Amino acid sequence: MINYDLVIIGGGPAGLAAAIKAYDEGVKSILIIERENSLGGILNQCIHNGFGLTRFKESLTGPEYAGRFIKGVKERNIEYLLQTTVVNVTSDKLITAVNTEKGYFEIQAKAVILAMGCRERSKGAINVPGTRPAGIYSAGTAQKYVNMKGLMPGKKIVILGSGDIGLIMARRMTLEGAKVLAVCEIMPYSSGLKRNIEQCLNDFNIPLYLSHTITDIRGKDRVEGVTISEVDVATKKPIPGTEISFDCDTVLFSVGLIPENELTKGAGVQLYPRTKGAIVNERRETSVDGIFACGNVLQVHDLVDFVSEESEIAGKSAADYILNGKKDATYITVKEGENVGYVLPQKVDLNSQTTKIYFRVTKTLKNVEVSAKIGDEVVALKKKKVAVPGEMETMIILPNKIKNQNGEIVLSVKEL
Amino acid sequence: MKKLEVTCIECPMGCTMCVTEDNGVFTVEGNNCPRGEAYAKAEVTCPRRVLTTTIKLKNGKILAVKTDKPIKKENMFALMDKINASRLDGEFSQGDVLIANIEDDANLIATSDMI
Repeated sequence: MINYDLVIIGGGPAGLAAAIKAYDEGVKSILIIERENSLGGILNQCIHNGFGLTRFKESLTGPEYAGRFIKGVKERNIEYLLQTTVVNVTSDKLITAVNTEKGYFEIQAKAVILAMGCRERSKGAINVPGTRPAGIYSAGTAQKYVNMKGLMPGKKIVILGSGDIGLIMARRMTLEGAKVLAVCEIMPYSSGLKRNIEQCLNDFNIPLYLSHTITDIRGKDRVEGVTISEVDVATKKPIPGTEISFDCDTVLFSVGLIPENELTKGAGVQLYPRTKGAIVNERRETSVDGIFACGNVLQVHDLVDFVSEESEIAGKSAADYILNGKKDATYITVKEGENVGYVLPQKVDLNSQTTKIYFRVTKTLKNVEVSAKIGDEVVALKKKKVAVPGEMETMIILPNKIKNQNGEIVLSVKEL
Repeated sequence: MKKLEVTCIECPMGCTMCVTEDNGVFTVEGNNCPRGEAYAKAEVTCPRRVLTTTIKLKNGKILAVKTDKPIKKENMFALMDKINASRLDGEFSQGDVLIANIEDDANLIATSDMI
């Protein structure tokens, strides 16, 4: 039996930051398990810049940001396995993994940090009608082909989804000589950053069709064209008579990220439907003692800077668990109130230090008041000019506000 | 007097700014930081962008690259052609200068190790 104090599943930005923090907090027996052939996770294919503005006050590319943490791992001689896939984690922290060198093997850990990130929602999951020719990719797959394999997925592209991944790929494909005919977005607004609408679409005069979706894909062996239609803002159903056809050879789907929680479920960890990630307390500990979660597998982040921050919380907590044992605590639940889609953490220790609650709103709101209340008592309040679903928000709860409380904290956002 | 609306790309805030030109003097409103002001002024005189892409090596590997300074937006495709025509020879790592002075004093540097 191979033993480690801490096993971290995933060597992307979350796993790397958690490992460094756990090490610096005194845990030296650490193993990072990564299924790809290098550390860095999804950042390796994110060759564009804009990462690290908050954390490092610099605009770094994905590989550069990852590089800072990979350096930290190597400087500390933290062990890691590459091209190794974890197939199971038990609630007793027994990990089963597989690689070509060792075959099928087991590791017993004292604590586990789940940092597996996300996978992309597929075309099939959103039931787009039409044939199934070659030339249909998720935006992330196309990104991997272009940026890590030097291959062009196609020449005339239509993109569904105007989140940041779709926008970034619109630019990338254009720079590499493809013609991006349209970016369609089913919502009446884009969830991507405004800067990306500017530098990825407007810079290249790529049209953005809001409240539109793809209603047909044509082609036998290869995509030959698509039809897009306007949708009703409320029902999202296509409006007959609004069809626009494009001749194209490639369709990219950028329709959402789903936290990869198969291993999480296998370990008996409770998941939260609103985040599709684990239910956690402020220390990022899940419902199973000694199993922690951080990064995109826990909640889909917009900025990697906050992934690193969250992962350091998990790393510190895992170290504390290993060195000092389970923490006895009484928790207060945090719940979503008006206009709030999800909150994280969902449980806060009544004796915790200052806690940051992360949340997203359900729709675009202007001139808002964000309130955290226990019953009628306001425990935190702040005002904001605007809140949009595409941007993760935070709310600080001071320790003296929740000590000796019972009930639940309800986080609400109201337009003034 | 000319007025132009500019959306900043310097940080995720994406501030919408208004640039007013009066006899060659530019005034920026709506920025929340000095970088925004600088970006807005550059955007209406000579727009520039940091170019991020990949370059191929003779040994078949790829490097992620960027210009270490923003280059002229109008030159982006010409620079892409130049980069895509290159097949660099050698061993490179993150941070290495690959094409010095690709435009004026901007260099093309490696942002990843060889893939």
